[in-house]
Amino acid sequence: MSTHLSALYTELVIEHDKRPLHEGLREPFDAEVHHVNPTCGDEITLRLQLSGDGTERVEDVSYDAIGCAMSRASASIMADLLIGSTVAEMGPVQDHFEQVMRSRGRQEPDEELIGDGIALTGAAKFPARVKCVLMPWKAYQAALVETRALGA
Amino acid sequence: MTAPTREFDIEAIRADFPILSRMLDDDTPMIYLDGGATSQRPRQVLEAEIDHLRRDHAAVKRGAHRMAGAATDAYENSRERLAAFLGAPSPDEVVFTKNATEALNIVAGALGTGDATTPEHLRVREGDEILVTEMEHHANLVPWQELARRTGATLRWIPLADDFTLDLSELDSLLTERTKVLAFAHQSNVLGTINPVEDLVRAAKAVGALTVLDAAQSVPHMSVDVDALGVDFVALSGHKMLGPTGIGVLWGRYELLEQLPPYLTGGSMIEVVHMEATTFAEPPARFEAGTPPISQAVGLAAACDYLDALGMDRIAAHEQALTRRALEGLAGLDGVRIIGPAASDTRAGAVSFDLAGRHPHDVGQVLDSLGLEVRVGHHCAWPLHRRYGVHGTTRASFSVHTTAAEVDAFVAGVARTLDFFGSL
Repeated sequence: MSTHLSALYTELVIEHDKRPLHEGLREPFDAEVHHVNPTCGDEITLRLQLSGDGTERVEDVSYDAIGCAMSRASASIMADLLIGSTVAEMGPVQDHFEQVMRSRGRQEPDEELIGDGIALTGAAKFPARVKCVLMPWKAYQAALVETRALGA
Repeated sequence: MTAPTREFDIEAIRADFPILSRMLDDDTPMIYLDGGATSQRPRQVLEAEIDHLRRDHAAVKRGAHRMAGAATDAYENSRERLAAFLGAPSPDEVVFTKNATEALNIVAGALGTGDATTPEHLRVREGDEILVTEMEHHANLVPWQELARRTGATLRWIPLADDFTLDLSELDSLLTERTKVLAFAHQSNVLGTINPVEDLVRAAKAVGALTVLDAAQSVPHMSVDVDALGVDFVALSGHKMLGPTGIGVLWGRYELLEQLPPYLTGGSMIEVVHMEATTFAEPPARFEAGTPPISQAVGLAAACDYLDALGMDRIAAHEQALTRRALEGLAGLDGVRIIGPAASDTRAGAVSFDLAGRHPHDVGQVLDSLGLEVRVGHHCAWPLHRRYGVHGTTRASFSVHTTAAEVDAFVAGVARTLDFFGSL
């Protein structure tokens, strides 16, 4: 039981699930998106606020997430990675994270790049849970597209 | 109903299901508690299908060769077997579909496609009402929502009560002369609640409404006699009653099917085709457009043989004893909230629960690590979960091959899951 589960429910995941960072919906924000995972009914509402100076620095990511420990921890870890970084800086982080998550455990995660995101990568071996982990990231991506469309 | 012809010997039954000896890893045997989602199949069903494919496979109801005749006989014999299993007065009332969902879509769709030649009681129009219940599986909800949207009819629903049964206190105002159809589940796939079919049918008949019964969850677990139940249409899925996937049944009273327009159209369901227009075959062919699931029908007939040999009443008693054992076991655990009736004599063997507010995916993950294969989430009954203020539930569902030891392992597994999350 334990070997199986400890890969998934790492201490960091449990910590982020219990005490999620940057949780709650805040003002101001450029765009708000709502994503649902129809297979389990999990939901996330996510707001994104970028700096208005052209650098696309993430000033705030706020969210309200209903979901399993994996998806809630993922939202918390993602928000913490995003806030203060620029969208451009986060591009490779996001790409690598998604690749690892979709590799069924075959690709080694780069901790330098994804920080606490490393704690979520155990789910890559559980295909049913990959969606849980990626939902907040999909919401961020959609919010970014919306923000850029508003700015254009 | 056919009299049982074999002993209810649980070890012999288990030996019929090859998959039950599967290991999930070196030291974790698989305990399958998800028959409510799809059932496992005994070798008798697997072999019937493969034997058909090895010996008699051909397209049915076309061609002059002997193989076409053999395949057609096999397919039509399966229809007769289903009619007998369901207590249907005639095999012509048995329409083979893809699954229960398609069966329900065919009824709901056909009720919305009539014209001036269609009898008024088989035509849902603006101003009419469709009545469902708050406990329905999406399969018996969304097609009716869509029928209402297409026709301008109004969808209403019987609410759920706090005791996990239908709240029938306002039935008189919900079921009126305006109601064209009452569609409801025989047994809830989440709560395990068995609905009072007789009372609902009587009330519907009094106002001239058609009754549509979703029997997908009940048919594998209790004796279902469609004629005796008094309903007008019944939907079921083969893969929930030890049969193959890709086949279901729509049963309907012949006098209704005879007057009902087709919903799915194409080959096999026609009488005469011209470029301008087409006339349609008599039921059941009218509702079976295209090449049907042939070997699946043969497999499903074998599943009826299997269930009848054991006896549906004995299967029901077996599963009721398991349900009682599970409910008693879970009642001893702090943090388990059963979403369903507490008494085992008014419900069937689908036991859903909330575990200390933990997300069901997390609960299911821990149970799976112990080899306990349960269902998690909203079980395609989202409004039901909303009604009881839970985001989703974890569900164990018991089958003909489930043992008391497996139920005990399940209860112990839930206790260990509580410990696991409590220790984090």
